[in-house]
Amino acid sequence: MKHLISIRDMTKKEILNFLNAAEKIEKSEMRPKFPDSIMSILFFEPSTRTRFSFETAMKKLSGKTITMSGSAGTSMEKGESFADTIKTISRYSNIMVIRSAIEGSVRYAAEIAGIPVINAGDGANQHPSQALLDLYSIKKTQAGIENKTIAIVGDLKYGRAVHSLVDAMSHFAPEFYFISPRHLRLPKKFRDELDRKKIKYNECAEIEEVIPALDIMYVTRIQRERFVDIEEYEKVKNSYVLKPEMLKNVKNNFKILHPLPRVNEIDCGVDVTPYAYYFDQAENGVYIRQAIISILLEGAQ
Amino acid sequence: MKQLKVDAIKDGTVIDHIPAGKAMKVLNILKLKDSDVVMVGVNLASRKFAKKDLIKIENRELSGDEVDRIALIAPDANISIIRNFEVVKKSEVNIPEKLSAIIVCQNHKCITNTEPVTTCFYVEARNPIMVRCHYCEKSFGADEIKIAGIPVLAVN
Ligand SMILES: [Zn+2]
Repeated sequence: MKHLISIRDMTKKEILNFLNAAEKIEKSEMRPKFPDSIMSILFFEPSTRTRFSFETAMKKLSGKTITMSGSAGTSMEKGESFADTIKTISRYSNIMVIRSAIEGSVRYAAEIAGIPVINAGDGANQHPSQALLDLYSIKKTQAGIENKTIAIVGDLKYGRAVHSLVDAMSHFAPEFYFISPRHLRLPKKFRDELDRKKIKYNECAEIEEVIPALDIMYVTRIQRERFVDIEEYEKVKNSYVLKPEMLKNVKNNFKILHPLPRVNEIDCGVDVTPYAYYFDQAENGVYIRQAIISILLEGAQ
Repeated sequence: MKQLKVDAIKDGTVIDHIPAGKAMKVLNILKLKDSDVVMVGVNLASRKFAKKDLIKIENRELSGDEVDRIALIAPDANISIIRNFEVVKKSEVNIPEKLSAIIVCQNHKCITNTEPVTTCFYVEARNPIMVRCHYCEKSFGADEIKIAGIPVLAVN
């Protein structure tokens, strides 16, 4: 692979290749180093956490980073085109990470950059390094990734992380439980795709009844701005909060994931249970990004 | 061949088996000149469907670009080239797997609507049709597909 743009582009083999490399890097069985490489980080839309994760990954690989966050004070603000910005910055660096609100912009950048490009989020479309770190977290905690029972809770309509996770997991014969308020259901286009791929899924409105069946619960935030009717938001927001007392009859291998940041959808009391895995998941993001950078830089040499 | 209710033409193109009611949509994507002579049949009896539309254009043969666009509106259309009242070539339209610069992405947040990027769509399903944008990856069904105008230079 030359670039990391979308989970849709990836074969099962390519996904596993990233997961295996991340595992070797975490266990120090592999210590790739790129002291002569510079990573340019272009965040047209700010996200401190994702930016830090990429910067940390590159620094652990002994590489260097140059960062632009937001477009204030840049040549683009002076009227330079997106294409010219990409073509110029790509001459300063060996690998580029881009985040932008414009959907498809990172794929376009990859077509004109001439160096490996990583998509760190393009609007509502894709955020493939997030999906890979989610998969890595599942694989690591479940001793395998095939045939897992996974509940996804919260905003399934707009959640980009949810859509990428569903796409990525589809290679590994999962059974899904989709738990959301009615008008934040997984869109029909995604359900149709699951039907075509013959993947089992169930839709439900309650968290508690499904918990004992689960290997993984992936919780996402329900944002107030997604609701036209604020009363409706007030009604549903508390029915999708995970509390410690709900975790009585869980499987031993059960783990809770969350792409973070969390607001109130997981009660802080859950953090001290052995099922909370979201901060480990964030740490896994660094290993998977080290793996992504290494594989793409090696491929470009 | 059954006698058509629309007058025969000497030279030109007949587009047959257009879904009933879609003839105007097909006409819209053909870059017709003021001088072009066109006959349109709407809601004609058809053996293939209950009803169909039909278009005859005098002294004109269609470009590949135009045929690809027609295929999106009328996937079962036949196109006959007429020379001296004889059908010299008859072909069915075929939706190509990849459509470059033919569809306008309906996602206003898509890079193809904010930068001068040529659109590219992949046909993921044919019946009913579903296409997916190469850039923003959104998929669109038959009613959501917006066909781009034919660039003026491509028209003879
Ligand atoms: Zn698009």
